Amino acid sequence: MIEIHNIHKSFNGVKVLNGISGIFETGKTNLLLGASGTGKSVLLQCIVGLVKPDIGSITYDGKVFTNNKLDLKQEIRRKIGMLFQGSALFDSMTVEENVEFPLRMLTSMSRGERKDRVEFCLKRVGLENAGKKMPSEISGGMKKRVGIARAIAPNSSYLFCDEPNSGLDPLTAIKIDELIYEITQEYDITTVIVTHDMNSVMEIGDKIMFLHKGNKLWEGGRDNIMDTDVKELQEFIFASSLMKAAKKVEEELGSLEDITSIADNNDETAAKAENNTPDSPKGTERYLRTNAGGDPPGSPDMLV
Amino acid sequence: MKTFGRFLIFLKSLLVRGESFRILANRTLDEAVLIGINSIFIVGVVSTFIGAVTCVQVAYNLTSAFIPNSTIGFMVREMTLLELAPTITSIVLAGKVGSNIAGGLGTMRITEQVDALEVMGINSASYLVLPKIIASMLMFPLLVILSMFLSILGGYVAGSLSGALTGQEYIDGIRQNFIPYNIVFALIKSVVFAFLISSISSFQGYNTKGGALEVGAASTNAVTNSIIAVLIADFICAQVLL
Ligand SMILES: Nc1ncnc2c1ncn2[C@@H]1O[C@H](COP(=O)(O)OP(=O)(O)OP(=O)(O)O)[C@@H](O)[C@H]1O
Ligand SMILES: [Mg+2]
Repeated sequence: MIEIHNIHKSFNGVKVLNGISGIFETGKTNLLLGASGTGKSVLLQCIVGLVKPDIGSITYDGKVFTNNKLDLKQEIRRKIGMLFQGSALFDSMTVEENVEFPLRMLTSMSRGERKDRVEFCLKRVGLENAGKKMPSEISGGMKKRVGIARAIAPNSSYLFCDEPNSGLDPLTAIKIDELIYEITQEYDITTVIVTHDMNSVMEIGDKIMFLHKGNKLWEGGRDNIMDTDVKELQEFIFASSLMKAAKKVEEELGSLEDITSIADNNDETAAKAENNTPDSPKGTERYLRTNAGGDPPGSPDMLV
Repeated sequence: MKTFGRFLIFLKSLLVRGESFRILANRTLDEAVLIGINSIFIVGVVSTFIGAVTCVQVAYNLTSAFIPNSTIGFMVREMTLLELAPTITSIVLAGKVGSNIAGGLGTMRITEQVDALEVMGINSASYLVLPKIIASMLMFPLLVILSMFLSILGGYVAGSLSGALTGQEYIDGIRQNFIPYNIVFALIKSVVFAFLISSISSFQGYNTKGGALEVGAASTNAVTNSIIAVLIADFICAQVLL
């Protein structure tokens, strides 16, 4: 469990994080949701110690991380795995060497043990045959997988992912999300994922924290995110125009009356949603209604 | 001035919380091999031609009958050993090694590879930069020795081919009044230049912010700043050590 308390951060006098507190639970995928530029990445960087918060404290399973002695910090860091937005694989090393790297640097494993562990991790992410390849020779989705393998290799207890499915096609994105979700449960890891993808939210959002302009506006799970009365979050959800979300709404609420009325009242949001659904001349309303029928996404009915 | 202060802090950060000696040694060896292999060709070509050109030009300027031809060899030796081999080699290496270091580190920075190291609890500055600096300080003197040899050889070949002097005269010349300290001086200079080039370039690359454009800018800055630093240091070394 990771606890953050009252995190503030400014860059050159511009406030980016404005007192954020919260808890990230063990064995769960904790999502940091929000629009671009709301400070999600900065918050993540604060938590892993790449950026020093101006005020605030961070504790990892009761151990204080901020302002602590270097050794203690290092001890915690050794249990942190991170998947970066661009994967950040070391491009002078092969896939195998990338996964082996944290083992070589952080553990006292023998060569044989390291080899086994690398093999295991690559297999776990479905890349048993790509070990000898260079990062420049593999696809974006594979890079993410290698990034995940590298992050979990030293038996990390904490996994941080900055937009794990940005730049991936929807199908690959879901696969990566699922992989992270499974790994989190399998190894009882505390996972924190930065995302602005509503697909991920509905798929793997055990716990969700919604950030807006440096403030935490809402907190909950995928089960109750559709019930939110936070206007900014409602807008965000609508702008994301998602089949999954719409379906979920239908399941949870049984009726779409109130939600669609919000959309009607909010021209800007409706317009955004319309842009995202070119098939649907009436924007959100039409889109949600079609999906509410329970048709699989992309079925011909959608075009009616 | 502020940049200079940051540069000093950067140098200090290389020395705290480093990795184990074994890792450092391995990394240094890798870097040294890279620097050597990448630079040996250009250093060879440049040095040979510098020697050749120096010889031909000295011969062209020494037309007096009272000066023996062997003086040409003597002058080529003095000029290359003292100045041309260490300084020109270092300027060539500032272009080659400096831009390579800055570009490499800059790319690692903007693709978050540096952050990836930091998250693992590794001091990225000392892990990435220190081996480069040590490797440069080891390899530059070797390259300078090669450069000395090749430029004197280049002078020999050019002198003989152009008929300015015979091979025997040239060899007599380069044996005249030899001062071993000059070689020591040149090697000390090359170590100083190696430190300046590798640390300045690393500093530029390591602190890159932004995207590919900034990586290019960092490389250019690394080369320009390194060359200026080398020339200033050259002057200071001559004042202090000669
Ligand atoms: N090192 C930095 N120096 C100055 N400003 C920064 C720095 N890092 C982030 N910022 C600013 O902080 C704000 C929040 O950035 P952040 O990267 O956290 O956004 P984000 O929520 O992750 O957005 P995205 O979804 O686009 O990644 C931005 O306005 C950015 O310009
Ligand atoms: Mg971000």
